Amino acid sequence: MIYKVISKPEFKSFIDAIVKANTAYGPKQVDTGCKGEPVYQFMPVHAADEIAFDYTATHSSAKHLFLPFRDELSKFSFTDGNWEQEVRYDAPPIVLIGLRPCDINAVNILDDVMLHGPYPSPYYLARRKNTFIIGMDHLPLPDCFCKSMNRHTVNHGFNLFCSDIGDRYYLSINSANAFSFLKEFKLEEPSYEDNCNLIERRKKIKHSFTTNIEVTGLPVFLDIEFNSPIWEKWGDKCLSCGTCAMVCPTCYCYSVEERFDIDLKGSTRQNHLYSCNLVDFAQVAGGHNFRPKNGDRLKYRYYHHYRGFAANDNQQICVGCNRCGRACLADINPKDVINDLRLERESCMTCVSTSPDKT
Amino acid sequence: MNHLGFELTRVLIGSFDFTCCEGCQLQLANKEATLPEFLALVDIRNFREISSERLDDYDIALVEGSITRSDEIERLKAIRARAKVLVAFGTCACFGGVNSLKNRIPQEELVREVYDGKVIETMPSMRIGDIVQVDLSIPGCPVSKDEVERIMVGLVTRSAATLPKYPVCVECKQQLNTCLFDLGEICLGPITRAGCDAVCPTGKTACLGCRGPAEDINYPSFVQLVKDKELSAADMREKLSLYNGFGGYLDQEN
Repeated sequence: MIYKVISKPEFKSFIDAIVKANTAYGPKQVDTGCKGEPVYQFMPVHAADEIAFDYTATHSSAKHLFLPFRDELSKFSFTDGNWEQEVRYDAPPIVLIGLRPCDINAVNILDDVMLHGPYPSPYYLARRKNTFIIGMDHLPLPDCFCKSMNRHTVNHGFNLFCSDIGDRYYLSINSANAFSFLKEFKLEEPSYEDNCNLIERRKKIKHSFTTNIEVTGLPVFLDIEFNSPIWEKWGDKCLSCGTCAMVCPTCYCYSVEERFDIDLKGSTRQNHLYSCNLVDFAQVAGGHNFRPKNGDRLKYRYYHHYRGFAANDNQQICVGCNRCGRACLADINPKDVINDLRLERESCMTCVSTSPDKT
Repeated sequence: MNHLGFELTRVLIGSFDFTCCEGCQLQLANKEATLPEFLALVDIRNFREISSERLDDYDIALVEGSITRSDEIERLKAIRARAKVLVAFGTCACFGGVNSLKNRIPQEELVREVYDGKVIETMPSMRIGDIVQVDLSIPGCPVSKDEVERIMVGLVTRSAATLPKYPVCVECKQQLNTCLFDLGEICLGPITRAGCDAVCPTGKTACLGCRGPAEDINYPSFVQLVKDKELSAADMREKLSLYNGFGGYLDQEN
């Protein structure tokens, strides 16, 4: 890692140049909500002026730029009695600006799932390798809980990371590409004061979190609570609409579908992002549904996120961005569900009695 | 037609309209980009927007519209007797559609208002399934051309042809739309069957549920949502009843 500082106007010129020379995505205000709040999304940007550098959080994550909601896996063409398969992995290079540390951590988690397992995904790899990530820190929103998940800082998985230290950005340069792009611009070595400002900034971010979730020992806790009535309670609220999984930066479960061309001369195999909350997620051939109840489906989403599945080395995949909580129309959010789960057990008289002395 | 070594036959199609705007059938007729391929896939025996032939030897009957007259009942029963597969085609056929709005008002009053007292035979709007057995429903006002093509290909190749079971929200979120509830509107997306690519919310218009309820919807939670957002329950009921797709849920409430 190489550290430099850059003035904010110079940084803007750098972003402007990189955005104009590449296909770029960055946070943009796309709407104003009914309470006057701005709504942001990662959208295509063509000039630095279009980017909302001081955005709060995007409604949806940037996941779809790595795992498109619908992706063509292969194309088949049929000829007399025979067929050919065409597979394409190529992904045009893109620049992705303004990811928060939690979002970059989310991409790192996707790397673990998509690249480090027994069957690495070449589709994901192509996009990941061809994405230039510029991260930016921010003061947490009242409902951000990435610190609880220990995802509020990031030290890899980006090309460039910018910390706001007042009138300039403190840059962590993490790739040769980023370094050579920046060569054209006026950078300075961090001064003693810049270093102090960076530490101050980090402290400030760390101490600004107002939402904390106790996740210590949560995997074991979840195993114990498999039959807890709280799943049914929250499941009764769940609309099974899949919104949480769509906006989530790490939900990666998908469904595969074959589609014939209307002339029957070819077909495509596509995968599309699915959600474990959708009614037929666990429905199998013959019609049996392993998880017909809302609460069961909701539970499995929480298990995947906070207990971990073997496919992702049993690590928790939630990064604490609370996009699911903000987007949920039924007002279901990780903080309340996990607290409810803990409360239910911790108020249990047997559990709060003194543990036996060590023998 | 030979497909991967299997001999396929073109399916014989008849398309019929009852009380409707014929807009669903028009969706098929005017999709010029794939019309030749579509017509190669099917054998049109009876489809007045496409052909002047009137043949009765069809296997699949697409039935558009709702039933509002006694002669329509007879005609529908005759179609049912001839067809191997009867498809309720479009929202009117599936649920009664906008025609069902008239069911709220006494008939004499309606005839007086619309026909100025002329003698008109009419009755409350009924869905196709109220009269005959329906084998397959393709909802939508209008139907989605892509979906119909996919289902037709499924019928020809004898592979599964299904509708999404999940609600519109999935497709809406995939378009990165701002949730209409965040913009202060009641949208039926969370309880309406997907498959339309969330075309209305993408155009910033609330979903009015033309595709009817998704599978196993959580209606009480939806009602609670409208309440929590302090939106009008009357507006919600108005939207739910527009296409008559949520009749069962509305009745429960009363």
